[in-house]
Amino acid sequence: MASHYEAPIRRPLVTGEKSYHDVTVDVARPVEGKANKQWWIVFSIALTAFMWGVGCIIYTIGTGVGVWGLNKTVGWAWDITNFVWWVGIGHAGTLISAVLLLFRQKWRMAINRSAEAMTIFSVIQAGLFPIIHMGRPWLAYWVLPIPNQFGSLWVNFNSPLLWDVFAISTYLSVSLVFWWTGLLPDFAMIRDRAVKPFQKKIYSLLSFGWSGRAKDWQRFEEVSLVLAGLATPLVLSVHTIVSFDFATSVIPGWHTTIFPPYFVAGAIFSGFAMVNTLLIIMRKVCHLEDYITVQHIELMNIVIMITGSIVGVAYITELFIAWYSGVEYEQYAFLNRATGPYAWAYWCMMSCNVFSPQFMWFKKLRTSIMFSFFISIVVNIGMWFERFVIIVTSLHRDYLPSSWTMFSPTFVDIGIFIGTIGFFFVLFLLYARTFPVIAQAEVKTILKSSGQRYKRLRESGESLVGTGSVDAVATDLAKKKSKK
Amino acid sequence: MKSSKVIHALYTDDDVLMGAVKKLRAAKHAIEEVYTPFPVHGLDKAMGLAPTRIAITSFLYGCVGLTVAILMMNFIMIQDWPQDIGGKPSFSYLENMPAFVPIMFEMTVFFAAHLMVITFYLRSRMWPFKNAENPDPRTTDDHFLVAVSVGDNEKELKKLLTETGAVEMHLVEQEASH
Repeated sequence: MASHYEAPIRRPLVTGEKSYHDVTVDVARPVEGKANKQWWIVFSIALTAFMWGVGCIIYTIGTGVGVWGLNKTVGWAWDITNFVWWVGIGHAGTLISAVLLLFRQKWRMAINRSAEAMTIFSVIQAGLFPIIHMGRPWLAYWVLPIPNQFGSLWVNFNSPLLWDVFAISTYLSVSLVFWWTGLLPDFAMIRDRAVKPFQKKIYSLLSFGWSGRAKDWQRFEEVSLVLAGLATPLVLSVHTIVSFDFATSVIPGWHTTIFPPYFVAGAIFSGFAMVNTLLIIMRKVCHLEDYITVQHIELMNIVIMITGSIVGVAYITELFIAWYSGVEYEQYAFLNRATGPYAWAYWCMMSCNVFSPQFMWFKKLRTSIMFSFFISIVVNIGMWFERFVIIVTSLHRDYLPSSWTMFSPTFVDIGIFIGTIGFFFVLFLLYARTFPVIAQAEVKTILKSSGQRYKRLRESGESLVGTGSVDAVATDLAKKKSKK
Repeated sequence: MKSSKVIHALYTDDDVLMGAVKKLRAAKHAIEEVYTPFPVHGLDKAMGLAPTRIAITSFLYGCVGLTVAILMMNFIMIQDWPQDIGGKPSFSYLENMPAFVPIMFEMTVFFAAHLMVITFYLRSRMWPFKNAENPDPRTTDDHFLVAVSVGDNEKELKKLLTETGAVEMHLVEQEASH
């Protein structure tokens, strides 16, 4: 008999008196029910923002990148800031799915589905920018090594920009496949409960005929572990490669070996903050507080605190090395950041990223839902400013003072960014109503070890055999009622 | 195609299921299939299923990916049209190799992951428009179904199944498949 033992000191990861059937019903409810007024209001706002962004993108492609605020000195600004910001956010999803699986952290089960959805939707946003920032986006396929009539003229495999193409494509496709494979048993659950013929048809299609045979589950678990093992170095490599877009250049503030670990830590930092933002709202709206518990939010706050501290240490290291190296260009780069015309952005970044996560040392604050939500927004704002500071302040004043100039975004820069936020929320809101947002089959595997009811039974010395069924829970509840 | 008789026994708890599977195997009954709503730890071993080789296939596909990456970049950057890019050594793959590592890594992961997943889907017979084959729709909710072959020992088997805690039993005639 499988032992469902879990140490009594661990707090339950599924609260309430849940049977396996309860898990099914709770997760299926948002999908089977109708969207309420709140959903429609938020969806309309997101859709409007998305449409505005689409308009701005069409304007950009139709007229040219000149409609942005870029100039010869500052050749990258909001476009690449947004690209790195979105890719960074995506990394938390894979980390939760993959790394926490490898570390056998059971708290991942309730949040990995939504975190992975966030990853895919973020990386879609990120992928827009390399394409629209090209002078001739209709030639975007030229980044692929396809034989052609120009010689063949090949792509440059020494370039980090090309490494990005391969890295982001691999990351998006592997994340998608990892997410989809995990979804098959949960789509099957909805399919088998579906009464309306259209719903049944759609979920039959989406579930690929999943039947839950023992051999299929055996392969499923092995595939999940292998994908997790592949996705983990993928997360690290993708954001390292993104950091190489800057680190392999020569300008002060960019050309530094600290970028790979600094960027990866920053990505996890901002990603976990975005997961918190999304889940704090979703758990309330979809009535999933028994699965996405305060403990889950607290654990994510702890990760935010740790990675935020790593980012803080990286900032201090950069400052120290600039001073210690004696290189006047490097020193000026940081002096300019802190005291120059973009100092407001720099100090915004410092306060959002270095000071705010330190509040998470206090248990009262990191278990407060309101405060966690507030900090998650602050962190994401701070991380946007971090990429803006790195990119724009280093470019606008590098080695040649006669080239020094300022950068200002146009309404198109801003519009496209807001458009990607809109697109992201459109996708996430649609996902929340059509996909099972919790990996319910996985949660069922930890129900007897980490569920509140089962921990109580186990600690009172009873056997757990037979306790997962609906009848067992109903009997227990009836007994309790009759005792009162 | 010989038609054979199978009993579908339903359980509502994974621990009860495990006990039942072990008892059935001990009594030398042929378990055709077990359908569960989630992976039950130890079930594959209890059923005597061979371990899966899918992780090995992933490793092999990764090797294929690495080979493709190396051959591709060697052809493109060293053989076909070598160029002086920032003074990097364009005459020898090994000397320029550090620059090629990111793509070698990404293509290894790409091939390993995607080909493994395709193999998984094909081996487990899953694709869009495939019909579900679980006999009872409750097996994706909270029921566990054991399909046991039955010959002349129907009564005895039914008795054993009831003893192990089955909540329902159905006798099914089916064409021998797989």
